[in-house]
Amino acid sequence: MSYTLEIHDLADLARGAALLGTGGGGDPYIGRLLVEQALRDGPGTITVLDPAELGDDDVVIPTAQMGAPTVMVEKIPRGDEAVAALRALEGHLGRRADATMPIECGGINSMIPLLVAARTGLPVVDADGMGRAFPELQMETFSVYGVPGSPLAIGGENGETVVIDTGADNKRLEWLARGIAIRLGGVAHIAEYAMSGADVKRTAVPNTLSLGLRIGRALRTAREEHRDPVAALADTMSGTLYDKVRVLFRGKVVDVERRTVAGFARGSATLAAFEGDGRLELVFQNENLVARVDGEIRCVVPDLICVLEADSGEPITTEGLRYGQRAVVVGISTPDLMRSPEALAVFGPHAFDLDVEFQPVEDLVSL
Amino acid sequence: MRIGIDVGGTNTDAVLMDGQSVLAAVKTATTRDVTSGINTALAELKRQRAFDPLAVNAVMIGTTHFINALVEADRLAPTAAVRLGLPATASLPPMVDWPERLVDAIAGRAYLCHGGHEFDGRHIAELREDEILRVAEELHRHEIRSVAISSVFSPVNAEFEQRAADILTGQLPAIAVSLSSEIGRMGLLERENATIINASLRELATQIVDGLSQSLEGAGISAPLYLSQNDGTLMDVDFARRYPVATFASGPTNSMRGAAFLSGVESCAVVDVGGTTSDIGVLQHGFPREATTEVSVAGIRTNFRMPDVLSLGIGGGSRIRGDGTVTVGPDSVGYRLADEALVFGGATLTATDVAVAAGRAVIGDPGLVKELDRSLVRAALDRIAREIGDAIERIRTSPEPLPVVAVGGGSILLPDEIGDSGPVHRPEHFAVANAIGAAIAQIGGEVDRIFPVEPGQRQAVLDDAKQEAVDKAIASGAKPGSVRVVEVDEVPLAYLPGNATRIRVKAVGDLQLEAGRG
Repeated sequence: MSYTLEIHDLADLARGAALLGTGGGGDPYIGRLLVEQALRDGPGTITVLDPAELGDDDVVIPTAQMGAPTVMVEKIPRGDEAVAALRALEGHLGRRADATMPIECGGINSMIPLLVAARTGLPVVDADGMGRAFPELQMETFSVYGVPGSPLAIGGENGETVVIDTGADNKRLEWLARGIAIRLGGVAHIAEYAMSGADVKRTAVPNTLSLGLRIGRALRTAREEHRDPVAALADTMSGTLYDKVRVLFRGKVVDVERRTVAGFARGSATLAAFEGDGRLELVFQNENLVARVDGEIRCVVPDLICVLEADSGEPITTEGLRYGQRAVVVGISTPDLMRSPEALAVFGPHAFDLDVEFQPVEDLVSL
Repeated sequence: MRIGIDVGGTNTDAVLMDGQSVLAAVKTATTRDVTSGINTALAELKRQRAFDPLAVNAVMIGTTHFINALVEADRLAPTAAVRLGLPATASLPPMVDWPERLVDAIAGRAYLCHGGHEFDGRHIAELREDEILRVAEELHRHEIRSVAISSVFSPVNAEFEQRAADILTGQLPAIAVSLSSEIGRMGLLERENATIINASLRELATQIVDGLSQSLEGAGISAPLYLSQNDGTLMDVDFARRYPVATFASGPTNSMRGAAFLSGVESCAVVDVGGTTSDIGVLQHGFPREATTEVSVAGIRTNFRMPDVLSLGIGGGSRIRGDGTVTVGPDSVGYRLADEALVFGGATLTATDVAVAAGRAVIGDPGLVKELDRSLVRAALDRIAREIGDAIERIRTSPEPLPVVAVGGGSILLPDEIGDSGPVHRPEHFAVANAIGAAIAQIGGEVDRIFPVEPGQRQAVLDDAKQEAVDKAIASGAKPGSVRVVEVDEVPLAYLPGNATRIRVKAVGDLQLEAGRG
């Protein structure tokens, strides 16, 4: 069912989206402020549309931001770049969008489509193409199931737009778009993966905005009522497409190592158990990719590996990992849509050059 | 000889130091006009230890005056914010996330103009003189006397902020200008917020600094006056008039540095146990480690260089409850300790009572707690030790054991050893640690920018950055031979080409004391 998102929902949504961002997805502060300000300034409200409510012929144009989150905190957008990208893609396609949609769950990219919605009055489809956060544009369930990213439109703050069409080659699309993002100052607002309502229903991970909102609310109320945040999280996930929640580890961060490889923040973190001498090793590239406990694999991308602050249940991003933090590491099963051989070829462990085979978290860790 | 003075909300402390030794130390009450409190402190110092005012080489003052003015929204000047960043940044104008009350208190007005830089130094747009001239007219019309100028990526390049300042002062010679590039780091909104706060404090800063200078003159002291900054280094009075916001966190910084100085360890965790809370910070090479996250002051997000301090709800007045599991705090009897604690004949079991019952201190009447259940006493003290120990664990950045220095009236709650940190240091005279922290402060220089680091060039880039920090410290008044680099922080930035790396270097050196001052 469709519903209206209110200003006071945004903090919860940002928290839940950060959890689904599985360590990446960017700092939600600016993204949240952008949406709040757009709602305060304009007459707009944000209508969230269940994908089941889409007509098969409806046109859905997802919007997002790509580039360096570190730039976004300094060079704040003009505010209408993503709308300009959407309009440019509409012009290119010769069709108007009936709705926009996120391509990713995360602090920034769950918010950009809401900003577009608040500014245009378009509804936002309650779904996305990653079901979590990933570092590259081609890592989408849309592309896995045959929807091309092209044509892609980019909007800049001078009102300029660029349309890139690489046909079915999503990797080249990503490469060209990233080059333009750098010319635009390191961040670009984009509209891409235009598709029909039928394609949304077939290829998108459904109901992830609502799930983010429910997760954020559950973590907050658990904290307010001094309940266990992990139990609250498991309750929230039960009955959803992400219904297997496993505690992988409880411990203290004892080492964090980061380096930049080809523009990505790669690294690893080690946690030491609160009790006993067990260790968890976490490998990340913007997002968490693999968790091993005492050398044994416990959770692998694309399953979600979420690091939460032990007391508050607040999600910790890979950039925010610090020595001494007390954390709970949770593995969450991703929807079947994201575990198929085709999906694993695009965003499974091999796509990150990891010499590891995917195994479902529920097979690796018993309840 | 140097004089260090700490003006807190309640007490004004002063010390007279010669080299490493404390010659005199006094504690007096802070007064509303500040200067009479300082006059009293100086007179008390002199009474304790007669000194020739002309033999004083420098006076260092730490004050919470400015942060209190902001928190109380009191005595703030009407202020305008001018941001250079159009066509970018229009979505979130200056003061967008401020509490209404503070925007009103500074009669805040915001102007957006073209300008700003990209991360790699390119211009987002050229500065437009006509826009700045129009702003000048507006400021004149609204009788605004202080303005904050921010520009996108001004930590990379401050040219637009400078030029806008020149144009504004060309039209309005009396206007006070604060530049964001002089104040904060990366993070436009947070840096801009700090700059606007600074601008709103400029008039107060002039009054206070003039008052302080007069006090010294009145006492016959002609030595230069310095104010302590958040990072434990000094600024001269000219800088203090222009950048009062740099004093915001000097209180905890001076207290930590003073404590470390008194106990003789340069790298340590400092645990300051008060009546209601324990504040735990880390000193690295004598300087507090700074918070890496945003700090909210009076509800405004900023990125001040604040010490990273963890506060726990454990203090001398914390209530102890023993039904089932023993709990300590977070509620406290606070300043009513002397009425409510058992050792003072009250009816509330406090942390002080269990410390006295365990024989760690003699306070009030120990006889009143000798019937306390021993297992309750032990459980409460164990819990305090465990929570403080966990906090120290959390705040240190490496597995290396860190010595612990305990200060504050509540430090009797701490055991003689915590975890693997070895014996707890308990320096004497910690009551005036703040003033000592001010007196031992040094001069600093800092670089914080994004550098392109080409393969094989990392060391050369780092060396350049270090040299720049050292040069800045010397330009600010550090003795050339004494300057050393105390902090180097490299953060590679994701999704940017050319291995763009944010490099932060801090150098500090001893204050160049002017010999001629006698």
